[in-house]
Amino acid sequence: MTSATTSTIAHTDVYALALHHRFQWEEAQQNYVILFPEGMVKLHGGAGEVLKRLDGKLSVADVVADLKAAFPDASNIEADIIGMFELAVSKGWLRKL
Amino acid sequence: MTQASLGESVVQKTVHAQQNNGVAASLTHTQPLWLLAEVTYRCPLHCAFCYNPTDYDKHTQNELTTEQWLQALRDARKLGALQLGISGGEPLLRDDIEDIVVEAKKLGYYSNLITSGVGLTEKRIQAFKEGGLDHIQLSMHDITEEINNFITNTKTFELKKKVAAMIKNHGYPMVLNVVIHRYNIGHMREILEMAQALGADYIELANTQYYGWSLVNRSQLMPTKEQVDEAEAITNEFRANPDNKMKIFFVVPDYFSDRPKKCMNGWGEVFMIVTANGDVLPCHSARVLPNMQFPNVRDSGLAYAWQDSPTFNKYRGDAWMKEPCRSCSEKENDLGGCRCQAFLLSGDAEAADPVCSKSPHRHLIDQAIIDSKNPQSVAQPIVFRNDKNSKKILAGELNDRVKAFHALP
Repeated sequence: MTSATTSTIAHTDVYALALHHRFQWEEAQQNYVILFPEGMVKLHGGAGEVLKRLDGKLSVADVVADLKAAFPDASNIEADIIGMFELAVSKGWLRKL
Repeated sequence: MTQASLGESVVQKTVHAQQNNGVAASLTHTQPLWLLAEVTYRCPLHCAFCYNPTDYDKHTQNELTTEQWLQALRDARKLGALQLGISGGEPLLRDDIEDIVVEAKKLGYYSNLITSGVGLTEKRIQAFKEGGLDHIQLSMHDITEEINNFITNTKTFELKKKVAAMIKNHGYPMVLNVVIHRYNIGHMREILEMAQALGADYIELANTQYYGWSLVNRSQLMPTKEQVDEAEAITNEFRANPDNKMKIFFVVPDYFSDRPKKCMNGWGEVFMIVTANGDVLPCHSARVLPNMQFPNVRDSGLAYAWQDSPTFNKYRGDAWMKEPCRSCSEKENDLGGCRCQAFLLSGDAEAADPVCSKSPHRHLIDQAIIDSKNPQSVAQPIVFRNDKNSKKILAGELNDRVKAFHALP
């Protein structure tokens, strides 16, 4: 856990999917995707786990806590989660509420 | 139809998103991600740069039925297609787009109507919204009425502005597509400002690529290298301003590059196109290629087309390549470029795309650039995309305009 100190992501922030974006599970591809005008992104396992928890109410800290509980064996999971938020925000997939 | 879906910008994100999908893997594991439904070749506009086939007139009488389209949507979705482009011609000339939209929503597509705006009424856009259409991509042509009306050969300038407002009012993301050519490239800054004033979320600046009608009109449409460089610089300057939130895709014209584009993100890799008459193509202009039998949804399903048809397998991977591509260290970057461009210009569908500086045919591109500055070629009239000219081309009446190419563009 190092990125939080320099990160643009605060633990109290609440994020939701950006407008006109859609997040869904793809059976044919066995992964989550984000769909938006003119493009799409396939998400690998961990990234999908973060995004599917964004219900417009949970804060970043809540998501971290929830994922830690769901994946107790994953090491350094918090840095990964914050990293995912940073990426998703920089790509415009998420908006801050 | 605009050139949006030819633009690499559309697929860059897909490439980025599937780094593991290497060329070799694609031979057995590839899935279509994008279904482009070219539901009709009829069009009220007559754009000089349209990349629909110049012989489209022969495909306007045998369009698929609504039920055939719905079945194609279902089949493609089963194969993995996620993004649906409803395109043409002008798709709104069909009265069943509402049905297609509803089915797309039901199946879980992210659906996109690619339109000139002609035929988009309050009633229809409301039905699309209720039916679950995700976004609308509107073609714009210029900031001036004069150039808009000239290049489309129609009086549609005011209408497009009205339609843009309608799209915005219905809460849709506004995606504008502007095909760039000699007549509007000098207005890049103004075009970007117009898009921003209209509230566009995305704008695609698609430099004309030379297929279909735009190949016939190549000398008349091609800007100079200096104009392209300036346009790109203006675009970058616009992007660098943090106040400008609009996302801009600038599709680089390959003639002025020394490496070809990775056409369609690779043959049979991502895109599956079903044309108005049901032909299934790996790229819009694939019908120019010789000795190919394209699958048709009337005869066989999309699973056969994608997985097993000789056509879709023909240029997958790199086994088909000859020199200089075969041993080229960069071959994975562009997969040898565009098969249609290679054949149209060189007569050899397996040749390196002539755009490549390593291609023995690069001189054909250089000559085209020279021709575009030659007053004699430039003075030839533009052949606008319309039924009359398509019939003329089919009848061989415009042979002097197409004889340099190895197939009808």
